[in-house]
Amino acid sequence: MSPACRPRAHSALSNENGSPARRGAKSRFRTDAWSPVGDTVECPSTSCGNWQRQLIIALLSDIHGNLEALNACLKDAGECGATRYAFLGDFVGYGADPQKVVDIIARHAAEGAVIVKGNHDEAVEKTPLYMNESVRAVIGWTREILTRDAKAFLASLPLCVRDGEMCFVHASAAAPERWDYIDSPAAAQRSIDAAQAAYTFSGHVHDQELYFQSGRGKTSLFRPARGTPVPVGRHRRWLALVGSVGQPRDNNPAAAYAQFDAEHEKIVFRRVPYDHLAAARKIRDAGLPASIAYRVEKGI
Amino acid sequence: MIASPVTPEEPGSKAELDGFRLGPCIHSGAMGRIFRVTGPDRGFAMIMKVPRVGPGEDSEGLISFETEAMILPALSGPHVPRFVAGGNLAKAPYLVVEWIEGESLEHVLKGGPLSTDEIAPIGAAIADALHSLHLQDTIHLDLKPENMILRNDGEVVLIDFGLAYHAHFPDLLAEEQRFASGSAPYVSPEQVLGTRSDPRSDIFALGVVLYELATGALPFGSPETIAGLRDRLWRDPVPPSVRAPEIPSWLQEIILRCLEPDAEDRYQSAAHVAFDLRNPDQVALTARSSKVSQAGVIEQARRWWRARSNHPGPSRPPKSQVGATPIIMVAVDTTNPEDERQPVLQRTTAQTLARSSEFRLICVSVIARASAAEHASDGESASGTYLEHLVRLRHWVEPLRLPARRLSLHVIEAANPENALLEFARRNHVDLIVLGAPHPAQLGLAWWRSVASRVTANAHCSVYVVRVPAD
Repeated sequence: MSPACRPRAHSALSNENGSPARRGAKSRFRTDAWSPVGDTVECPSTSCGNWQRQLIIALLSDIHGNLEALNACLKDAGECGATRYAFLGDFVGYGADPQKVVDIIARHAAEGAVIVKGNHDEAVEKTPLYMNESVRAVIGWTREILTRDAKAFLASLPLCVRDGEMCFVHASAAAPERWDYIDSPAAAQRSIDAAQAAYTFSGHVHDQELYFQSGRGKTSLFRPARGTPVPVGRHRRWLALVGSVGQPRDNNPAAAYAQFDAEHEKIVFRRVPYDHLAAARKIRDAGLPASIAYRVEKGI
Repeated sequence: MIASPVTPEEPGSKAELDGFRLGPCIHSGAMGRIFRVTGPDRGFAMIMKVPRVGPGEDSEGLISFETEAMILPALSGPHVPRFVAGGNLAKAPYLVVEWIEGESLEHVLKGGPLSTDEIAPIGAAIADALHSLHLQDTIHLDLKPENMILRNDGEVVLIDFGLAYHAHFPDLLAEEQRFASGSAPYVSPEQVLGTRSDPRSDIFALGVVLYELATGALPFGSPETIAGLRDRLWRDPVPPSVRAPEIPSWLQEIILRCLEPDAEDRYQSAAHVAFDLRNPDQVALTARSSKVSQAGVIEQARRWWRARSNHPGPSRPPKSQVGATPIIMVAVDTTNPEDERQPVLQRTTAQTLARSSEFRLICVSVIARASAAEHASDGESASGTYLEHLVRLRHWVEPLRLPARRLSLHVIEAANPENALLEFARRNHVDLIVLGAPHPAQLGLAWWRSVASRVTANAHCSVYVVRVPAD
């Protein structure tokens, strides 16, 4: 698939019809349902045609079949007043509940959530060479568990969704299909440049990080404090790695996700404790590799 | 393209912006302009800061403005101006904040050096303000007399957060090397090397300000080149007492300790500086206090060599830096030195101190003013009573084997012990109070009437109440 995020001649930034630039999506989940609702304020700048102000967007990524973690994050987001949802890929792999997780995502898709594909979701269609044995085992198992509809849903997902000043992509917007990690300011810069948007929201790297362009256009890394809203003015470019809902790896098993407050131009990175021991137990009970259950238990 | 909400042609006109009516322009500089404003009544005077924007303007001024607009709303307390409103940076960048009534320290300095009696309270007030800022995970990084306003009540308010660092927010100035360096006379060695995340940089700047207050001179001059700035990485300043012989050794000790090139050798917390400035007799004097000349050639060479290999390591966020350098106060009942609670209190104190290496232990004994008067018909025996309790206090702390710079002993005469303890703790930024529960003999007494309960109920910090385990 060709990279969906590279700016085209008339880039999606101007986005006349309010529908984000994307390819390969089936009608079952319509990202063009992501349309202005309620009190929409037009930004005076021409570069954000369908920018919506009164929004709190919950950004969830790398759920990896972890139903307990997903439910905990959705409950937290709902309590925080989230009005929109964006799911940034890797809904399956590792965890014991891929079908239930995909069902929830598909429901949100029908309600207008932004959904992009992750490498684990792609692996359900075609096993890639780079995955190690235990991951392949889980993918093989997932393939058997998932219904045909669920597999079709995953296969239909776009790699990248752009909406006005926001770009949603699992890995790097520079070449989403290559699944490059945003693991350095240079990698972040490439993604930001390709996204051509004030905000790029990504997962793939399981950490919560915020890259930003300083005054001279140089990209720097900021490690956000948990739960503290960070002002992210749209006169700058930002790339947020929202963390992993289902498999955090920073020695803290609590689920991670982020919320973007579009009206106040703030992002907050949250951690939600959930019954991770139950999620790990289910992985063991399903006969999946014990090492994966252990990682969920310890948050590693 | 960002447009300035106020065009330069109409300063002081009847312009109005988001409900704020612009008054006279009181400052116009490279970074922008400041207007008096009136508007929705907040109960205090307000000013509006407007950055210079547009073609040909320095982008750094705008980033500095953005930094202040990001940090100021997150700050609170009596040592920073209150934030009122901010305009959207992309449309109408402005910042409305409280106007601080008072005298800027720059103005105070115009009258020449101050006496020690004047410096100590001002210095302690600046250190109070810094401590409050550091506890909010913020570093000022541009401390200088013009950014310090002395209020009528003696408190200091810090202004201008355009170069500040807040651990919770992205550091927009991180890549602005030239800009990150602050003001040449006051900037710390690690800032010169590009570090913007060390709260001890503010302690260095405080040292420069104290030096200036005491001598009227700047310890490192006003260098205009990077090489000149780098001198402070290894060159030691002329000892303050050489410039002003009346400066006492304890003040020289405090100033030179703040000015150590290696942040590890400075005070590790502004609260400790404030404490020493308020308690001169408790300052642990070292060779710094008696220096009468700058280091000799060989020593200078050694310092230069050391500076070459010394690169500032990663520093802790301000709040955890302060948290790692606690001031712990233990209340010791020296009127009952044989009390069975004493060893338990000692043990708990030792265990508490074991958790950090950069603590300051304050041992306090409160003796009743009334009883001191009863025992003492004249001044001599009154001071005898005082000394007796001080000796008992020293005896109590002896087994902990603490170096003098970690320790401070105080006998306070007061009619009301809990109020004396609480006031002393609050004034000296105490992080933890350790004291004994009521004596078993006092069990008939209601708990709420005990010193321990009242201190626990009203303390501004955590309190450990130590009890002798029941048999």
